[in-house]
Amino acid sequence: MAYPYTHEKEVRVLSRGWGDPRTRTVEGWKAMGGYTALEKALGMSRQEVIEEVKVSGLRGRGGAGFPTGIKWSFMPGEKKGPHYLCCNADESEPGTFKDRELLRWTPHQLIEGCLIGAYAIQAEHVFIYCRGEFFEATQVLARAVEEAYEAGYIGKNILGSGQDIDITVFAGAGAYICGEETALMNSIEGRRGLPRVKPPFPAAVGLFGKPTTINNVETLSSIPHILNNGGSWYRQWGTEKSPGTKLFCVSGHVRRPGNYELPLGFPLEELIYDVCGGFREGRSLKAVIPGGSSVPIMSAADCEGCTLDYEGVVEKGSMLGCASVIIMDDSTNIVKQVRRMVDFYAHESCGQCTPCREGTQWLARILLRIEKGRGTAEDLDTLLELGDQMTGTTICVLSDSAAAPVASSIQKFKDDYLALIRRGEKVGAA
Amino acid sequence: MPESTHPQETVTLTIDGREVIVPPGTTILQAAESMGNRIPHYCYHPGLSAPAQCRLCLVEVEGAPKLQPSCVTQVRDGQVVHTTSAKATAMRQGVLEFYLANHPLDCPICDQSGECKLQDYVHAEGRKHGRSREPKRVFGRDDFGGDVLFYGDRCVMCTRCVRFMNEVAQDPRLTVVERGNRSVIDTFFEDGVEGSPYAGNIVDICPVGALVSKDFLHKARAWDLDHTPSVCPNCSQGCNIDLHVRDNRVQRLKPRANPEVNGHWMCDYGRHRYEWINRDDRLRRPLYREGGDTVPGEWGTVLSELLERLEETRPIRAVASPFASTEELATLRRVVDALGGGEILFRSPEADDEIPLPGFPQLARRRDLSPNRRAAELLGMKRVGDAEGRGGLESLADYTGTLIVLGDALADMDEGFGSHAALYLYLGSHPSPAATKADVVLPIPTFAEQEGTFINVEERVQRFWPGLLPPEQARPAWMPLGAILARLGAGELPATAAEAFLAAAELMPELMGLRYETIGTRGAILNEPVLVTAP
Ligand SMILES: Cc1cc2nc3c(=O)[nH]c(=O)nc-3n(C[C@H](O)[C@H](O)[C@H](O)COP(=O)(O)O)c2cc1C
Ligand code: SF4
Ligand code: SF4
Ligand code: SF4
Repeated sequence: MAYPYTHEKEVRVLSRGWGDPRTRTVEGWKAMGGYTALEKALGMSRQEVIEEVKVSGLRGRGGAGFPTGIKWSFMPGEKKGPHYLCCNADESEPGTFKDRELLRWTPHQLIEGCLIGAYAIQAEHVFIYCRGEFFEATQVLARAVEEAYEAGYIGKNILGSGQDIDITVFAGAGAYICGEETALMNSIEGRRGLPRVKPPFPAAVGLFGKPTTINNVETLSSIPHILNNGGSWYRQWGTEKSPGTKLFCVSGHVRRPGNYELPLGFPLEELIYDVCGGFREGRSLKAVIPGGSSVPIMSAADCEGCTLDYEGVVEKGSMLGCASVIIMDDSTNIVKQVRRMVDFYAHESCGQCTPCREGTQWLARILLRIEKGRGTAEDLDTLLELGDQMTGTTICVLSDSAAAPVASSIQKFKDDYLALIRRGEKVGAA
Repeated sequence: MPESTHPQETVTLTIDGREVIVPPGTTILQAAESMGNRIPHYCYHPGLSAPAQCRLCLVEVEGAPKLQPSCVTQVRDGQVVHTTSAKATAMRQGVLEFYLANHPLDCPICDQSGECKLQDYVHAEGRKHGRSREPKRVFGRDDFGGDVLFYGDRCVMCTRCVRFMNEVAQDPRLTVVERGNRSVIDTFFEDGVEGSPYAGNIVDICPVGALVSKDFLHKARAWDLDHTPSVCPNCSQGCNIDLHVRDNRVQRLKPRANPEVNGHWMCDYGRHRYEWINRDDRLRRPLYREGGDTVPGEWGTVLSELLERLEETRPIRAVASPFASTEELATLRRVVDALGGGEILFRSPEADDEIPLPGFPQLARRRDLSPNRRAAELLGMKRVGDAEGRGGLESLADYTGTLIVLGDALADMDEGFGSHAALYLYLGSHPSPAATKADVVLPIPTFAEQEGTFINVEERVQRFWPGLLPPEQARPAWMPLGAILARLGAGELPATAAEAFLAAAELMPELMGLRYETIGTRGAILNEPVLVTAP
């Protein structure tokens, strides 16, 4: 199968069925060994399921990399009312496009993961929150959910186990901020998608005020494989602290951008030059954003010897985030790229917190002025100070995310800024 | 403070180097406020939920990695809080700078100027010079319906107005539309807050000049207004208010916080009924009858004239007003009793319905539209007439005894009223055709011009203070009525309203044990022991 294109170095666990429309059906998924993990999990105690996930070392794929098994164990052991599981399919981080593929090619893989997760945390209802723009993907998922209901995998008394679990597919209205876990819950509740102040955390007060766990699509899609094969099987890939395989969304100036499933710890340079086929003729590496737009930008020097696991990228001054690798060659105007990212955050800020609401727009306007040749050297100080004022002072981290690329790009690509500023000075614009 | 029987029921923490002891569940912001340290904030309001979104009240809590929103962070034993550390101050300065990035700085034409929290905070802690060189976002102005105008560019997006309508009025008329920097407060429908009976409060709680009152628009500068604590006279709820006065005219009424009566709120019905206080057609001098006409006289002359003509042997009847103070009403009762006793009637307007404030159920615009009906009733006065406060005085048409009218404008009576009375004394603040035949007319001040008390629907006695100067010759009715009592040997002439109150208490056992000082600014429930003595 040649899902748009694949590479021999890939380890296709989650993406094995991609490109084959048959995996979208219950039968197709079962032909690939589907729904056996669910059966197995229902035969285990909840504690055993959580333990297996803990052993695997699986870390949340939504960006923060928090260990999934530990997250599940935060849920109250004794149930006093409804529990909920939310699946975060709002995938809107610029550069990220893996969850969409998981939804549209392997919906039953996700459904199975959701059911196992719900069982482990004693949730009777799963909400899968799909990004509003994911029209096709949401339809495919909704059809799969319907089929799984008919087949008895979802609903009352699943597989004769006595467990009742419902799944609702929920389409967002198109807001990046609804990917933030508590904004997502507000959105499902029919409120404005505003992040909530924490504490209380969702495991105590979540969706509809009830204990809730929220996991990313890729996180939950990994669960059936871990249950089927065991936690230690999963650890054959990756590093001690970052085990398993990961979907890398590669975009930018490489010959073969796309989704690649690779073991964590994969060398960044190998990804760029081997898996993705390197740059166009005569072009060379300038910068990489390794984890989606929210993480600091890396220079070519930072990329040397960088391994793509949570710790490896931190060592080089950035973060793995959701492993959305944006690669830029030497034709790139860094200021323009950063300005476009900040524009995105200014557009997507929910607007509650003053530093984020006002700061994102202010940064964007200064950057635009610099880009148009009307910047001054003082602007750089202002950008850095405003970024400081926006960091650690808000309800969610969107504000920090908007400030991060500005600070890191000024630090690493100051010459790009100065060149634009000097050009402006030469033509005498103020 | 009474000694606590449960020592664990307090939390001790340190704020800016000073120790403070508060009940558990208190927030850092409240704890700081209890020691006189007001941490700047916009979105927090004691009468609303706390979204912790303005980020201005962030403080440094030792041991916490980030600054904490003091409006929602609860105190813990041994907590060490810094509100003025370099980190906290720099953060506040930063947030204030963000507020100004898009603010129009139109203070010279803004009604909020002088009582604006943005002005105050920036003046206290803001940067000397703004750094923004960028074009500002412009929203412009919008009519929100009712009495409310919206100046979008001044809005600090605290969402107090939205939360008031949702949580307290429980009449969702406002929302935030769009997001990020394009967020703006808007109405759902064309009519906005029109007809929502408590909407005026959003103007009060807006910390800046984004929501302003059409009635008050460009009428006065905040720093020219004197504030006098008073009680709303427009229904028997008795909302605590401040009279805002300039040039001896009430410019607006504002609610004064009283958790027992009106919280932070008042209704629009009460808020907008103040123009009558500013009326210029007033009774300015005592009048007495000389031949066929009433002529102005000095107080001394008029009073002696009156006292000469009073007879203890004649029947006496009186008409009172539930808009008069308790002191005035009680003194009238005593005079009537001293002259042999007789019926005292009063009329009071009544609405068809109560208008409750769902989010603060103690408060409702009451059906009874007068402030002191309870006092009249406690004094054995008898309500007559209809819901408009008219009629019911037919029995007085050819009454031939002594007749005293206190405060009732007698709007439904004609010039012949009282013409058969042997002696007709009219005490009022405004001229009335029905006082034409009075033998003596005495000018009295309105509630806004004198000190006194009202007793509200829940039998809470509440003080009000004079915010306006009365016409030069006007005297509270308890003064001339007290002089009559003194002359009849039935009491002493009270020198102050407080003494008039003590004298009233002799007549009203419900007031026993209360004094002006113990009533204070929050009022006291009748027949309940008084604990609080603070003003
Ligand atoms: C502004 C913002 C946007 C986010 N968007 C997403 C998203 O689109 N998808 C996602 O899975 N997580 C997103 N997250 C992270 C979620 O809040 C949450 O941490 C995650 O869904 C948890 O899943 P995990 O434990 O499986 O990683 C976002 C966080 C922030 C602050
Ligand atoms: S940081 Fe920005 S996006 Fe996050 S809650 Fe605050 S305003 Fe909204
Ligand atoms: S209009 Fe006033 S009260 Fe409403 S959000 Fe804006 S600043 Fe706050
Ligand atoms: S409820 Fe009554 S007392 Fe309160 S403001 Fe309205 S009219 Fe005045």
